[in-house]
Amino acid sequence: MSGLLRAEQLVVGWQQPATQPLDLSVAAGEIVGLTGPNGVGKSTLLAAIAGRARVFSGRIEQRPGLGLALQTQDVPPVVGMPLAGRELLALTGAGADGLPAWLADRLDIRLDRLSGGQRHYLTLWAILQAPADLVLLDEPTNNLDVAGVAHLTEHLRDRAAAGAGILVVSHDTAFVDVVCDRVIALRGNDAG
Amino acid sequence: MQADLFLIPFLTGLACAIVLPVLGCYLRLRDEWLAALAYSHVAAAGALLALVAGVAPVLGGLATAALAGAGRRLFARRLSGGAGDAMLLLAGWAGAVLLAANAPMAERLGHALFDGQLYFSGSDNLYLVLPWCLLAIPALAWLSRQLLLARIYPDYFHAQHLPVWPVVSGFDLLAALTLALATMTLGVMGGFALVFVPPWIVFRRAQSWRAGLFLSALIGALGYVAAFAIALGLDQPFGPVLALLLIAVGLLIA
Repeated sequence: MSGLLRAEQLVVGWQQPATQPLDLSVAAGEIVGLTGPNGVGKSTLLAAIAGRARVFSGRIEQRPGLGLALQTQDVPPVVGMPLAGRELLALTGAGADGLPAWLADRLDIRLDRLSGGQRHYLTLWAILQAPADLVLLDEPTNNLDVAGVAHLTEHLRDRAAAGAGILVVSHDTAFVDVVCDRVIALRGNDAG
Repeated sequence: MQADLFLIPFLTGLACAIVLPVLGCYLRLRDEWLAALAYSHVAAAGALLALVAGVAPVLGGLATAALAGAGRRLFARRLSGGAGDAMLLLAGWAGAVLLAANAPMAERLGHALFDGQLYFSGSDNLYLVLPWCLLAIPALAWLSRQLLLARIYPDYFHAQHLPVWPVVSGFDLLAALTLALATMTLGVMGGFALVFVPPWIVFRRAQSWRAGLFLSALIGALGYVAAFAIALGLDQPFGPVLALLLIAVGLLIA
């Protein structure tokens, strides 16, 4: 496996530091989980890797020319917009191959006429399948039923087997334990 | 003879009626439909200012709208939540009314701009509007993917280490200049009706983005042709007829 991302003694935040110093690496083909209680800066860490949040100390090294895809917890504002699922996938360059049957035949329907779970999975899929070397996922199992989580688990493994590195933030410990090769638990500021 | 007299205004307005609804879809996508009204008012004020200064009104309208389009991002942080567009609208309206009140020649043009002056549109206007509209459609097609991505996945550009400002500022400038030309052709409210109502209908009814763009342009063009015929036949001002017709269609379909 070759290194895609390496962070050393990294402290990130928005207006002020939000994380404890952290060492982190993700290699191609590897799925790394980030867990920890609310407020320890898991989402902020993903935002910093994507270039949005501020790095206060430490450093992030990325493989030159690394292609990133970032899924956040923000709900894409597609309600009230005439955008079909197939058009959404085309925007990010994601393919439809491998979609679960309960979505594959609904790609020509407007996103806001799908159920909340279907819409969430399709907007997640558009990021997950976008051409990228490193995929950053923030609570991807939110709003997914058991079938959705099972399909996501299987697909993440396929994506990693195809060479992508995946960094997953999740509160869903069962999901993280099953899907991740390594899990890093972030500590709060009061954890010493 | 009479047909020739109306052919140039008809063609000039038709070009606007096809492009404005498509532009309006992207303004609605970005929650910036108020910007259309702001650009129109600023362009009207600029045209009147140019007239008073002895310069061609169309140049004044284009220049002030371009300034507004290019400059609105500079104050975006201080004037968030649509406040910038509201300020531009108020400034444009106030400037236009004051100019019209204090300069007799500006008063006449002001009435034409705010009432809808389609039948006075000449060939010089057509030679500006037609090439611009032919340029605007491919420009919007080129910007489309980026504008949709910037709206649906705002972090996409960060993650790809791509700057988003060329897309956003390019669109602002395109919208401002298109609205300025449309204001000179259809008047402030005629242009706004075309940029607002067809997108409002298709956002509710269309099955896909591509179908929405096509339907929006179709509604704009058909509404425009019908309004042109009704206004001409009944000897009514064009702008209000177009606005009422589009509203009626909107309430019926949406």
